[in-house]
Amino acid sequence: MSPVVRLLVKRLSISIIVLIGVSMLIFTIARVIPGDPARIALGPNATTQQVEQLREKLHLDEPIYVQYGYFVRDFARGDLGVSLYTNRPVTTDIAQFLPATLELVIVAGIFMIGLGIPLGIMSARHRGKAADNIIRVISLLGVSAPSFVWAVILMLLFAFFLPLFPIAGQISDTLATPPRITGFLLADSLIDGDFRAFFSALHHIILPAFALALSGIGQAARLTRSNMVETYDKPYIEMAQSFGFPARRIANRYAFRPSLIPSLTIIGLDFAAMLGNAFLVEAVYAWPGLSRYGVQVILRKDLNAIVGTVLVISATFLIVNIIVDLLIAYINPRIRLAEGGKS
Amino acid sequence: MNDHLLDIRDLKLAFKSYTGLIEVLHGISLNIRRGEKVALVGESGSGKSVTARIILGLLQEFSTARISGSVSFEGEDLEMQPLSVRQALRGTKISMIFQDPTSSLNPVYTIGVQFQEVLRRGNTQISATDAEARAIALLQDVSIPEPERVLASYPFQLSGGMNQRVMIAMALANEPSLLIADEPGTALDVTVQAQTLHLMRDLVERRGTSVLFISHNLGVVREFADRVYVIYKGRLVEHGQTSELFHSPRHPYTKALMAAVPRITGGGIPDIAEATDAYLDPLIDHEAEAAS
Amino acid sequence: MKRTFYILLSNPLSVIGLVLVGTVVFSAVFADFIAPFPSHRGAVVDFTNFNQAPHWPNIFGTDLVGRDVFSRILYAYRISLLLGVVVLAIAVPIGVTVGLAAGYLGGWAEFVLMRLTDVFLSIPPLVLAMAIMGLLEPTLTNGMLAVTTMWWPWYARLVYNVTRSEAQEGYVLAAEIIGASRIHVMFREILPNCVPSIVTKMTLDLGFVILIASSLSFLGLGVQAPTPDLGSMVAEGGNYLPDSWWLTVFPSLAILIAVFGFNLLGDALRQILGSDQ
Repeated sequence: MSPVVRLLVKRLSISIIVLIGVSMLIFTIARVIPGDPARIALGPNATTQQVEQLREKLHLDEPIYVQYGYFVRDFARGDLGVSLYTNRPVTTDIAQFLPATLELVIVAGIFMIGLGIPLGIMSARHRGKAADNIIRVISLLGVSAPSFVWAVILMLLFAFFLPLFPIAGQISDTLATPPRITGFLLADSLIDGDFRAFFSALHHIILPAFALALSGIGQAARLTRSNMVETYDKPYIEMAQSFGFPARRIANRYAFRPSLIPSLTIIGLDFAAMLGNAFLVEAVYAWPGLSRYGVQVILRKDLNAIVGTVLVISATFLIVNIIVDLLIAYINPRIRLAEGGKS
Repeated sequence: MNDHLLDIRDLKLAFKSYTGLIEVLHGISLNIRRGEKVALVGESGSGKSVTARIILGLLQEFSTARISGSVSFEGEDLEMQPLSVRQALRGTKISMIFQDPTSSLNPVYTIGVQFQEVLRRGNTQISATDAEARAIALLQDVSIPEPERVLASYPFQLSGGMNQRVMIAMALANEPSLLIADEPGTALDVTVQAQTLHLMRDLVERRGTSVLFISHNLGVVREFADRVYVIYKGRLVEHGQTSELFHSPRHPYTKALMAAVPRITGGGIPDIAEATDAYLDPLIDHEAEAAS
Repeated sequence: MKRTFYILLSNPLSVIGLVLVGTVVFSAVFADFIAPFPSHRGAVVDFTNFNQAPHWPNIFGTDLVGRDVFSRILYAYRISLLLGVVVLAIAVPIGVTVGLAAGYLGGWAEFVLMRLTDVFLSIPPLVLAMAIMGLLEPTLTNGMLAVTTMWWPWYARLVYNVTRSEAQEGYVLAAEIIGASRIHVMFREILPNCVPSIVTKMTLDLGFVILIASSLSFLGLGVQAPTPDLGSMVAEGGNYLPDSWWLTVFPSLAILIAVFGFNLLGDALRQILGSDQ
């Protein structure tokens, strides 16, 4: 079995254990809080009888491990319970809202990698000089504010002050949404051949994605820079210089690839962390994603939905981390060729 | 006087730091003729390694470095030339091999890819197949069996001795006039080091390449070099033909250096002063004396 | 120490960091004296003066019930710093102990502790704190609890990594050979070597706690009115963009300044402590 496949199996099994742990943690927190979830869900006007009925339906009076047992049983059937907020199965809610968040995070991720890494390379290559210092300050600024601050500032500047971009929503109200195949507006509109919808969706996604990405861009730039600066001190870079390899080639290929490996883990973490920050951006731009749903159900103490949402987000987080680890294993010849290695 | 391939005159190097100027080289002058093998011998911190890097122009990129003096290569003073001229020489007319071969090769690219980059320095248009053929020939020259397998490997998959040969092959690939060897083989096992040096000597003698051999290992220097410069704390202290220098060292530091090596034939651990003012005595130049 | 100051002051960026952090701390500590309207941190209303653009004496303008934005920001800094200090005071010892134990003791202790850490780390940072805050009453104490809960694993992981490599070092073996107890080895031998990384991270974290806390309150999960809080101020003001821009811009800048300052300082510290090794 190739070492990469072995790694995949190992990470998957650990992730499943971890996910089980997450489910237990969230489940426990959700059940242990003060207050009666049933009463909160039904509102202050509900009768005691209605509350009792709901409590029984949700097994709220039974010991916690029994409740967890019910949860696992239902989960195995693909049932995450019903949301007391939307009155629909949680799985339906998640299926509706998750793609919008994923789309946002993916576009933000593209910004992060497409802008952050080249900025970091440039910074390292010209280290100590003006370009480096400017990029470092900008990167640090990007990291220094929560995504909602950037969301608000970007909105003020580019949607109000300079009306270049739309203020909210995923697509222009005047256009019909394309038929839902993947749930990703950008993809669906392309599949449907509806270019007006595509461009509208693109137009709408740029500001929120950029706001979401700013922190990640800053991080990626800083990380790439610091790893590359370390790599520049390595003997094989000096050897490349002694052979007269062009400076640009050294920066973009020779020094970059070895420094990518330590960067990847953290870049992957940042990418996944954007799942968390999406909450803030979706709130500002009224983006119909899972994060906005998540905030609503948390405010309403909607237990099933909270557990379901947190589980899905954590699972996504774990999956992204696994993908990153696989990428690292693939790029790093030491890991990829482990079986043929020599000391 | 100017059949000298390399002619360094009164080279001074200092670094600017928080506390002021730290002087590293106090006015070094040395030369190398075509086909000659010259050694620069000293301990760590003596300044021998920075001298090598100044020749290539690698140190000049540090903003804190202050360099004066002339470094003439094939008659042209490199210190007066723009960076592009210096850069053009690297890997083509002047090349360098380093102390630890495995860490001097990029760990995430195969030997073949790195070799191709080196060959491209000599001929920017070289095709991949030509490069591979030439690399294979060069690897055979350094007695590497199965050159194709080596080209497809990563440095961590090969032994230290193998990587050292690869580095030598790369350094000589574009037929340089001057090879700078910075403590070659120090990171290797002693027997491997011996083989490597033997190989290196054969190759440079066959091609008439000049060598600046930097080392702290007197035994190796004796076997390899035609002429020796001894350096101590940024100053040259003695200079002469190898046989003469080893036969009759006159400067206190040189004498101490030679006495410091415990003899394989026994005789106890030598008792030498770590640093005395005598070590800063002026240069004793056997060659200059012989010429006058 | 002298060298530390020299380096700190020689780099323009770290000087800016010092100045910013100093300003924030000074504002928080001396808010009672600097704020032009100290009572406005509470439930004060002044409808003759509400929703005014910046003018004298309200240099940052007034909010929707007439309170001075500038004064509220100063008091909000106090809350933010308090939160940061308390969270770190609790999270760091917990995380460090877990990391030391997992890294040094190995075996099932390592497995259990690190899996536990993984569980906490696999929920994106904000989400865990949100979930906890959402399920509890939004008060300052609960906010501290929520953020502490999500914070300690980062220190556990940091210290775990350092411990694992240090555990092989000579001085550890030496201590073990002369019979030092495991507690001694962990806390008196290995821990001092983790201190530079921990201190750097703590400085950076003060900024990040402020960032996370403001994100929580932005979503309505932080302290409640009338306590001034940077995140909730931005949230309230957000509904009145772009006309009452000062309601969002100044609190946002306040957040940015604080976090930026701590980041600059943390970076400088990292350089100093790193180069000392």
